Amino acid sequence: MRHVLIADVEDHPGVLNRIASLFRKRGYNIESLAVGHSHRPGISRMTIVVAEDHKESIQVARQLEKLIEVVSVTDVTEQRHVSREMALAKIAAPEMKRTEILQLANVYRAQVVDVSPGSIILEITGDEDKIDSFVEIIRPYGILELSRTGEVAMVRGRAMPAPAVLAQEGPAA
Amino acid sequence: MKRTGAEIILDSLVAHGVHTVFGYPGGACLPLYDALYHYQDRLNHILVRHEQGAAFAADGYARASGDVGVCIATSGPGVTNLVTGIAGAHMDSVPVVALTGQVPRNLLGTDGFQETDATGVMLPVTKHNWLVLNAEELPRVMEEAFYIANTGRKGPVQVDVPKDVFLEEVEFDGFPPPNIVGYNPEEGTQPDPTLVRDAAEVIHGAEKPIILAGHGIHYSGAYEELLAFAEKANIPVITTLHGVSSFPESHELSFGMVGMHGNIYANWAVDRADLLISLGMRFDDRVTGRLEDFATGARIIHVDIDPAEIGKNVATDVGIVADLKPTIRAMIDEIDQLDHTPWVEQIREWREEHPSLAIRETDIVLPQWVIRQIYHITNGEAVVVTDVGQAQMWAAQHFWYDRRNTFFSSGGLGAMGYAFPAAIGVKYARPNEQVWCIIGDGGFQMTLQDLAVVKEHNVDVKIAIINNNHLGMIRQWQTLFYDSRFISAKLENPDFVKLAEAYGLPGLRASTKADVLKVLKEAEKIPGPVVLDLVVDEVEKVYPMVPAGSSLAETIEGDAVEEARYA
Repeated sequence: MRHVLIADVEDHPGVLNRIASLFRKRGYNIESLAVGHSHRPGISRMTIVVAEDHKESIQVARQLEKLIEVVSVTDVTEQRHVSREMALAKIAAPEMKRTEILQLANVYRAQVVDVSPGSIILEITGDEDKIDSFVEIIRPYGILELSRTGEVAMVRGRAMPAPAVLAQEGPAA
Repeated sequence: MKRTGAEIILDSLVAHGVHTVFGYPGGACLPLYDALYHYQDRLNHILVRHEQGAAFAADGYARASGDVGVCIATSGPGVTNLVTGIAGAHMDSVPVVALTGQVPRNLLGTDGFQETDATGVMLPVTKHNWLVLNAEELPRVMEEAFYIANTGRKGPVQVDVPKDVFLEEVEFDGFPPPNIVGYNPEEGTQPDPTLVRDAAEVIHGAEKPIILAGHGIHYSGAYEELLAFAEKANIPVITTLHGVSSFPESHELSFGMVGMHGNIYANWAVDRADLLISLGMRFDDRVTGRLEDFATGARIIHVDIDPAEIGKNVATDVGIVADLKPTIRAMIDEIDQLDHTPWVEQIREWREEHPSLAIRETDIVLPQWVIRQIYHITNGEAVVVTDVGQAQMWAAQHFWYDRRNTFFSSGGLGAMGYAFPAAIGVKYARPNEQVWCIIGDGGFQMTLQDLAVVKEHNVDVKIAIINNNHLGMIRQWQTLFYDSRFISAKLENPDFVKLAEAYGLPGLRASTKADVLKVLKEAEKIPGPVVLDLVVDEVEKVYPMVPAGSSLAETIEGDAVEEARYA
């Protein structure tokens, strides 16, 4: 199963290396990782999608939290959250097909960001499913290049509490 | 006040009460050594003969003192030579600060002479590390280094400093208190009272509980608490390898060590328990045996300072993330006076029927017997530092540890060559205690160059080579699991006595029981280091044993071939 983790990390050189090293050495499966500045100066936010079961995703979060430069980790999988991914797709678009492609783009609210002889670049934003489905729809026209960002996520409503409190198990009784 | 980078580093060591550091100079850290020249009245620098020894010695120093150990190496080969020792400290959660020189800033990233990506190499084996690109950062970094190394789940850190940063002069107005946004170890030290009550409830419902005591008891200094808890709850105590010397082994509730070479009755007790109270240990595969069959009938209370350890290897019924000392105290308050006599009696019966630590009567010099004699000769007062392999296991089994924190070993990493340099570090931390390094003939040859160190500084470490002329554990495994196809197990050894003499040290050899007793007594009287070549039986194996991949219930006690030999 897939788990979405939001990690706030100090914006230091090498921090991505530490996180990558942790995932490599412990064999965790990353589906995607997106990183950029957050609203707090000096803090970057990472959205990490891991293909792990619940028990393993707790391990991932706890191991991440042990990294000194990781400020907090929250598993938002079970929380109400929005997540978006962006993709740029360069599609073979001979003149005769162009209108058709643009109509499809319109259905998906994809933007045309470049038109060249024989190809166009579309920009699409949405959750993973939407982008997957868009990619399948345009595939028959010929995808020349595809570049996806990986998911960024945010919990709905109130601001997320800073450091995640550990979920501790009570007696099994 | 103007200070150079090197002076700030050394001021930091002094401010943290460090009095002895272990290191090896080289081009990139010469400015640090030049500064050290002026600190010799405050800082004792021990020149090891290989950087690995510096890391091991700092590790031993840290474990024996409870303070942070410090080692120094230069860039490139200096820092790569540290890696094994630092990796060991990381596996065993030992607070060590490794100071490493780096090529000057203008050469960074150019494949300069003796340049290596030192922070990259060390990254996976340190708790944290820094490349300091500006001397102004050093007061903060040094403060954070000591703080991170010695708090929470302890561990080694590395401060990598380019040569010209050592020399850079900056305005220095003291060390700022550490302020790291993502690191708040104090938050996780006090136990959640609800969980303590949950634990007490589980304890009250148990009929066959076992306390599993690990390394954490030492780090927390929770010796009194462990004793009081075990006595009030009347629960047998079994230790991991690193838990050895956390609970007096002569105590009626002590049943020794669990695991691959644990006592058979201890392994059975863990296997059949209905509750494991696991204190500061991490369910390593050498402890659990085959994980699916580990303590299948037991509920598990797990207390550890590291949240990531709870539920990592075994599912936990009550997981408490906290320091052991206040947690065990709180548990003592929460539980009733309990009586588990039938269960304790059951384990005692197993012990009587299967005395794992009995030594066969024979004229052959058995390594177990040698360890036992070291125990007797030192009145059990020695601090024991072991290497890795058969001698390590025999030293854990056959020396009885009643005194706190008197057993040191490379556990997690299992690094051969650890014992001797570590023993040097231990001796510097505890100058008034007898330090015995118990080491195999294989392990000793990995780091014996530090004989020069013990000679130079008259470091009173007794080096007991348990010499079976083999890589004994290799031979044991090849015998048991590879149909005795021996390869690279036999050692063509040097004359250890002459070797000692070449270094200007006394060396004594014994190959009969009478001679062993004689040389041990002699060694005791020598007021300084001595090398003992104790020639023991070549084929003796470590038992009990849980073959890799087997469960604790499948612990084997010995083999028919051996029993026949001694019949």
